[in-house]
Amino acid sequence: MAVEKVTLGKSITSGLRKAMERDPKVVLIGEDIGKLGGVFRITEGLQKDFGEDRVIDSPLAESGIVGTAVGMALRGYRPVCEIQFDGFVYPAFDQIVSQVAKLHARGLGAVKMPMVIRIPFGGGIGSPEHHSESPEAYFAHTAGLRTVACSNPEDAHWMIQQAIECDDPVIFFEPKRRYHDRAEYDTDAGSAPRGLFDAHVVRAGTDVTLLGYGPVVKTMLEAAAAAESEGTSIEVIDLRSLSPLPIATVVESVRKTGRLVCVQEASSFLGMASEISAQVTEQCFYDLEAPVIRVAGANIPYPPSRMEDDFLPDLDRILDGVDRALAY
Amino acid sequence: MSDKVVAELQEPTPSVGDGGPDMIQLLTPEGQRVSHPDYDRYVENLSADDLRSFYRDLVLIRRLDAEGYALQRQGELGLWPSLLGQEAAQVGSGRALRPHDFVFPTYREHGVGFVRGMDPQSSLQLFRGVSQGGWDPQENNFHLYTIVIGAQALHATGYAMGVKMDGNVGTGDPDRDTAVICYFGDGASSQGDVNEAFVYAASFDAPVVFFCQNNQWAISEPVTKQTRIPLFQRAAGFGFRGIRVDGNDILATYAVTQHALDEARSGNGPLLVEAYTYRMGAHTTADDPTKYRVSAEVEEWKFRDPILRLKTYLAHEGMADESFFTAVDAEADVFAAELREGCVTMKTMPGETMWDHVYAEDHPVMEAERAAFKAYQASFEEAI
Ligand SMILES: Cc1ncc(C[n+]2csc(CCOP(=O)(O)OP(=O)(O)O)c2C)c(N)n1
Repeated sequence: MAVEKVTLGKSITSGLRKAMERDPKVVLIGEDIGKLGGVFRITEGLQKDFGEDRVIDSPLAESGIVGTAVGMALRGYRPVCEIQFDGFVYPAFDQIVSQVAKLHARGLGAVKMPMVIRIPFGGGIGSPEHHSESPEAYFAHTAGLRTVACSNPEDAHWMIQQAIECDDPVIFFEPKRRYHDRAEYDTDAGSAPRGLFDAHVVRAGTDVTLLGYGPVVKTMLEAAAAAESEGTSIEVIDLRSLSPLPIATVVESVRKTGRLVCVQEASSFLGMASEISAQVTEQCFYDLEAPVIRVAGANIPYPPSRMEDDFLPDLDRILDGVDRALAY
Repeated sequence: MSDKVVAELQEPTPSVGDGGPDMIQLLTPEGQRVSHPDYDRYVENLSADDLRSFYRDLVLIRRLDAEGYALQRQGELGLWPSLLGQEAAQVGSGRALRPHDFVFPTYREHGVGFVRGMDPQSSLQLFRGVSQGGWDPQENNFHLYTIVIGAQALHATGYAMGVKMDGNVGTGDPDRDTAVICYFGDGASSQGDVNEAFVYAASFDAPVVFFCQNNQWAISEPVTKQTRIPLFQRAAGFGFRGIRVDGNDILATYAVTQHALDEARSGNGPLLVEAYTYRMGAHTTADDPTKYRVSAEVEEWKFRDPILRLKTYLAHEGMADESFFTAVDAEADVFAAELREGCVTMKTMPGETMWDHVYAEDHPVMEAERAAFKAYQASFEEAI
C-alpha cells in the first residue's frame, strides 16, 4: 500500500498514465498538451514517455480536436480530448452533440465511440471571460453522451480511467479551482472504490440533504461542518455522474431527510438542479417537508472575476439555502 | 494584399460550365479520348470489360436515383437527394478505391456506396425514415451518411491519422497501404470543419483524399458565393496539392482519384480533388431549382452527360454494341423493380427499439424509459 497525498490534477495525470500503459490504443489529443503538458499541466511528462503519436499536440481548432478523435475512434483508438477551458468547447459543440453522441445510434450499434472529452470547468480562479463557465447542462441534456464531474483526487484518479474504459463517449468535467487540492489515498490500489456512474454520500446526516458536484462539493462539506456546530445534521451527496443521473441515491437520502438543497455554479435556469428537483418531486412528493431549493449561479453571463465571489455559491449562500429548506 | 495578388485571385474565377485550362480530361464531351501525359497511365490497363462495367455502374446508379426520386413522389420516401449528373464523379472515384480504403460520404454518395458493394436499399433507409443510417460501416468500409455539412471531413482526417499511426502508409505493400477518401460539396468547402480538416490533414500528413464534387450549387447558392478562386486552388493555401478534374468524365475521375489515393497511400500526404460537375436535378425533392437558376444552364450541361459520353466512346471504339446497351437497360429494369420492392416492404422497427442503441453499455435511463414505454403500450392491450 502506498498512501500518498496527491493533488487532484496529478491524480488525473496518473490516471491517464495508467490507462495509457494498460491500452496502447489510448491516445491523447489537445492544444499544448505535449511538451507543455497542458495549461494546467495535467498531461505533463506523458508525451515524453509515450511519444508524439499518443500525446498529440493539435492545431488550434476545437472542432478538429473532437472531429478527428471521432475518426480515430472509428479506426479503433480510444482518444481522450483535452479542451483547454470550458468556454472554448463551443466550437466543438456540433461535433459533440451531432456526431459523437449519435454515431452509435446511427449505426444501430455497429459503431462505438469510446472517447473522453476532458473539460476543466467552473470559476473561482480570477480569469477573464470564457475561462470560468459551467456548460455541463448542454451535454447532460444530450442523449448518447455520458457526463461526469469529479471533485476530489481519489475519485479523479479512478474516474478518468473508468471513463477511458467506457465504450460510450464521456464528457469529463474537472473542477479547475480544485486542481491543487490534495488528499491522501492509496495510489497503488487495484480497483476503483465506486462505479463511475454512482453518486457518493460523502457525509451522512439526518436533517437536510445537500447535493452538488465538482468544485462545490468541498464548499458543501465546509457548510455541513459549520451547520453541525449549530446543531443541524446535513447529509452531503457528491453526484459525480450527471448523466446518467444516479437518482436512486438522491431519492433514498431525501426519503430520510425530507429536504433537498441542490448546489451548482451553473446558472439555475434549466440546469442540473432543475432536473433533479423535478425528479425528486415526482418520486418523493409525500416525503418532502420543503420544496427542493436551488443554490446556483445567477442567470447572467459569467461576471468579471472581481465580481465572481458574488456569483458563485459560497458557504454562506449554501447555508442560507439550508435555512430556507428548514424554514418550512 | 498587393494588386497582383488581388488580380490573380480574381482572374481565374470560371464562368459556369467552363472548367478552365487546369481541368483534367481524358474523354471529351463528344466521347473522344484525349491524351494527358500524367494521367493516361492510370487508364491504359483498363480492358473493354472494365469499361463496360463502368458503363453498367453508371446506368444502374442513374436508375437508382430515378427510383429514389419516383419513390419520394409516390410518398414512399420522405426525401431524396438526387445525384443526377454526378454519376461519373462518384463511380469513377469509387472504382479507384481498394477494398481496404475507407470512405466518408455526405448524403448524396449513393453511387460510391453502390460501387463499394453496399446493398442499395441501405441508402434508402434514412430517406424512408426507418433509420438514421442503419448500416455497419466496417462491412464495406463505407461510413454512415453525414447530414451536417462538412462534419465528416474531420472524421475522415482522424481516421486517416489512425491509419498512419497503425503504420499502414508508405510500406510499399499494396495490401497494407491504406487511403481514406472524404466526399463533400462546393458549399461544404466554406464550413469550418472542412477547413479544419485541411489543417489537420496537412499538419499530420494524413493519408486522406478530399473529394469535392463541385456541382455548382449549394441548394440555391452558386459556387461563386463560396469562393473567389477555383476550389482546387484552396489546397495550396493549406500546403497540399489540389487537382481539378472533369467530373463528368469517368476516365478522368478514375485516373485522378487513383493518382490521389496512391499519393496518400504512399505517404505523400493529403490531396484535394475537385470534380467539376453539375447537379442536373433539384438539390433534393424538397427543392425547386427554377427559383434560382436558368434552364439554359441546365441545357448546356446536358451536352456533357457522363453516361452518353462513355456510351459514345464505347460504341465508337467498338467495345460495345447495341445488344450490350440493351442488356444493361434490361438489367437496370430488374434492379429498379427489386429496389422498389425492397423499399416498400422495408420494415419499420417497433417503438421500443428506439432505446436500444443510444449507448453501448447498459444505461439505467434507457432501461427505465423502455420499460415504461412497453408498460404503457401494454396497458392498451389490457384495456381491449
Ligand atoms: C451545417 C449545415 N448547414 C446547413 C445544412 C442544410 N443543407 C443541406 S445540403 C446544403 C447545401 C450543401 O451544398 P454542397 O456542400 O455544395 O453539397 P451538394 O448538396 O451540392 O452536394 C445545405 C445548406 C446542413 N445540412 N448542414
